[in-house]
Amino acid sequence: MKEKKSFLERPSVQAILAALLCIILGLLIGYIVLLMINPAGAGNGIVSIIKNHLNYPTKPAQMKYLGNTLVKTAPLLMCALSINFCYKTGLFNIGAAGQYVVGAGACLYAALKLGLPWPVCLLITIIVGGLWGFAVGVLKAYGNVNEVISGIMLNWIGLYLVNMILATVKESTSPYTKQIASTNKGALLPSAGLASMFSNNKYVTIAIPLSIVIAIVIWIVLNKTKFGYEIRATGFNKEAARYAGMNEKRNIILTLVIGGALAGLGAAFLYLSGYEQWSVTQSSVPSMGFNGIAATFLGGLNPIGTIFSSYFIQHITSGGSYLDKSIYPSQIADLITSIIIYLCGFVLFFKLTLTGALNKRRDRAGKSGR
Amino acid sequence: MIILAEAPYAIEMLHITKLFPGIIANDDITLQLKRGEIHALLGENGAGKSTLMSVLFGLYQAEKGEIRKDGKPVKIMNPNDANDLGIGMVHQHFKLVQCFTVLENIILGVETTKGGILQKDEARKKVLALSEKYGLSVDPDAKIEDITVGMQQRTEILKMLYRDNEILIFDEPTAVLTPQEIDELMVIMKNLAKEGKSILFISHKLNEIMEVADRCSVLRRGKYIGTVDIKDTNEQDLSRMMVGRDVKLVVDKDPPKIGDVILDVQGMTVASKAHANNAVKNVSFKVRQGEIVCIAGIDGNGQTEFVYGLTGLEPLVSGSIHLCGQDITNMPIRKRAELLSHIPEDRHKHGLVLDYSLEYNMVLQRYFEPQFLNGGIFLNRKAIREYSDKLIDAFDVRSGEGSVTISRSMSGGNQQKAIIAREIDKQHQLLVAVQPTRGLDVGAIEFIHKSLIEERDAGKAVLLVSLELEEVMNVSDRILVMYEGELVGELDPKKTTTEELGLYMAGAKREEVRA
Repeated sequence: MKEKKSFLERPSVQAILAALLCIILGLLIGYIVLLMINPAGAGNGIVSIIKNHLNYPTKPAQMKYLGNTLVKTAPLLMCALSINFCYKTGLFNIGAAGQYVVGAGACLYAALKLGLPWPVCLLITIIVGGLWGFAVGVLKAYGNVNEVISGIMLNWIGLYLVNMILATVKESTSPYTKQIASTNKGALLPSAGLASMFSNNKYVTIAIPLSIVIAIVIWIVLNKTKFGYEIRATGFNKEAARYAGMNEKRNIILTLVIGGALAGLGAAFLYLSGYEQWSVTQSSVPSMGFNGIAATFLGGLNPIGTIFSSYFIQHITSGGSYLDKSIYPSQIADLITSIIIYLCGFVLFFKLTLTGALNKRRDRAGKSGR
Repeated sequence: MIILAEAPYAIEMLHITKLFPGIIANDDITLQLKRGEIHALLGENGAGKSTLMSVLFGLYQAEKGEIRKDGKPVKIMNPNDANDLGIGMVHQHFKLVQCFTVLENIILGVETTKGGILQKDEARKKVLALSEKYGLSVDPDAKIEDITVGMQQRTEILKMLYRDNEILIFDEPTAVLTPQEIDELMVIMKNLAKEGKSILFISHKLNEIMEVADRCSVLRRGKYIGTVDIKDTNEQDLSRMMVGRDVKLVVDKDPPKIGDVILDVQGMTVASKAHANNAVKNVSFKVRQGEIVCIAGIDGNGQTEFVYGLTGLEPLVSGSIHLCGQDITNMPIRKRAELLSHIPEDRHKHGLVLDYSLEYNMVLQRYFEPQFLNGGIFLNRKAIREYSDKLIDAFDVRSGEGSVTISRSMSGGNQQKAIIAREIDKQHQLLVAVQPTRGLDVGAIEFIHKSLIEERDAGKAVLLVSLELEEVMNVSDRILVMYEGELVGELDPKKTTTEELGLYMAGAKREEVRA
């Protein structure tokens, strides 16, 4: 007999419900923290975080600031895809943060020092990001070095290396790298008419649609191709993949190279829009790569879901700046948005780990049948 | 506990129906356990035995039906309720704390304390009295990790008795025991029944049921088939009830038609992961077309490492392997797979990606072949589905939702059938089958033995690695005995006896084996 699974039993519906639940929980706890700090402004505070660009009264202003949120969503989505892709092979690519950093270094160096046009800058970024992933992959495949350890170490190596290299293209009076718009206009990503849709927000470029296309491509690679079949088999059961003659070492390295390229490209999507300049005195790894972890899990480990979760997380992050500064110190905005983001990410993470552990236990207990 | 003498049944499960998505696990099942009897519950893997017991234990709630204790309806919502009703269970995989002593494990959860201090003396007295009464010899102060499996099982039994359980469930208790330990367990179970305990004995081993049980209830594919008195039945009838058709308990086969040498192993040595010595030492032998060669031996004598070396999962320390005249000693696994099919020992570790659907597992060894790809990159879902449906049909692999069933949710027997279907259908000259019938029921075992013999008759070389003496004697054409990593004897199953084979396996007898 066959019976159709009920609506609530479908995995996709469950994933979406779980994500929504996490969001509500995250917002609730964020609200409680605001209440604890200063009950007077808590209600308005959480509302203004949620409203983000809608805090502006006029439509054109709203569109302009929605554009800004999207500009930062694109790199976040790329980092999330990097982590998502590697996670399917059973690898936790915390090194995405460092791959993002070297991506930033590569694209800014190519744009400002070498004066190259944007397509070449993107290509160089992909190569350098990929190399950073390659290092983690080789260490993992041939030295059995845990990818989390080597990834974190490479994050810091990357940060200081990039600070050093970009010091050659910084403005003489500030720690920031030169403006691409005034140094090498050809390196700016084209807007292709998108800017006019967002009240002439010149930072809105092809990076945004491109990142969505890449998410869809990643989904197709994972679910529809031979390579995706191997990657997911390796992630689910490494021993069975080896038994089936899959080249485990090659797949580990290739996955991390692709992951590195994705995260690196994310940095290029931000910095080649001209939205931000790199500060060569920064002493912490940009949070983009880490927020990508939260976006991955909130997106239910699905590249398509990640598009939406990345937007949500960036929405909340940007929304934090609308918190009333006269009631809350400015650091509180970061605190609240971080609480919301990480709760969103990690509630799902715990759920996944728990199901994994339960499955393992059931495998052990149920070796001889149902 | 007060026992109402007038109620004839200690526990009754009446018209139990339990549904899972895509499958009726229990369909109107009735099970009545008399006080003081040993009642066997017989059924193939996936017949619904475990589900029924989970309902009794409150792990699942039945959609329909009623449970009665001493004639009175009861509700069992969770395992604690079951415990309060005096129902205890010895699980197939023991639930013991390895670094605790026997006594500590027995009292775990029901400790008597005085002012927060553990009072062990009384408990020890009670345990010793119980072990004497029922002939359960254990050392209460030995640590679990130091004692034999049989003794661990006795600890589990004592745990139930210590809690004054009246209804004892044994879930496939003999699967992990040696023949001597099985005999002892049979005596213990009879003693327990004589003392008024009611025993539910879950098994698919017919000879054990014939020996120890008073009555037997049979399930098949989730349905209740019937309950019979053991004294009025025999093994053949029971197996017919269980499988639904006549089952050949003895394997039929023609004399082998032996051809060219397919596999030629010379001086194979494989390192051990557990200790410094090599696990496989200087093993040489040949396997030819049309014969089933069996590597027999007691578990842990190097068979696992031998297979890893042969199939490429582990490198050799020294020696060479030739397959169909080609040197495959250092060949990658994918390349070897063109000539060799491998039914692995551990179907969960190696054989299947449990989170993949059945159809994806069916192509695990050939997803890269052109007919399963579009343009060399994209998976051809339609071709994969068709191929999987074909194999499911040909090998009678049963699952809730066919090709799209997640493999994890299938029963062990059907998982094994899926692996066998995949390995036999792909191209190969040599089939390596490692304990292919482990943990399976007679119906599935019969099917697998038949498949192996068909392989042989089709001119393939078959290498069977088995721990089951009966299987070794029945299926193989030639027996090689492995002891401590060496081949210590070559026997002809038609000319040898189980006793002689046992002597070789125990290392008491040996001879030079040359390829």
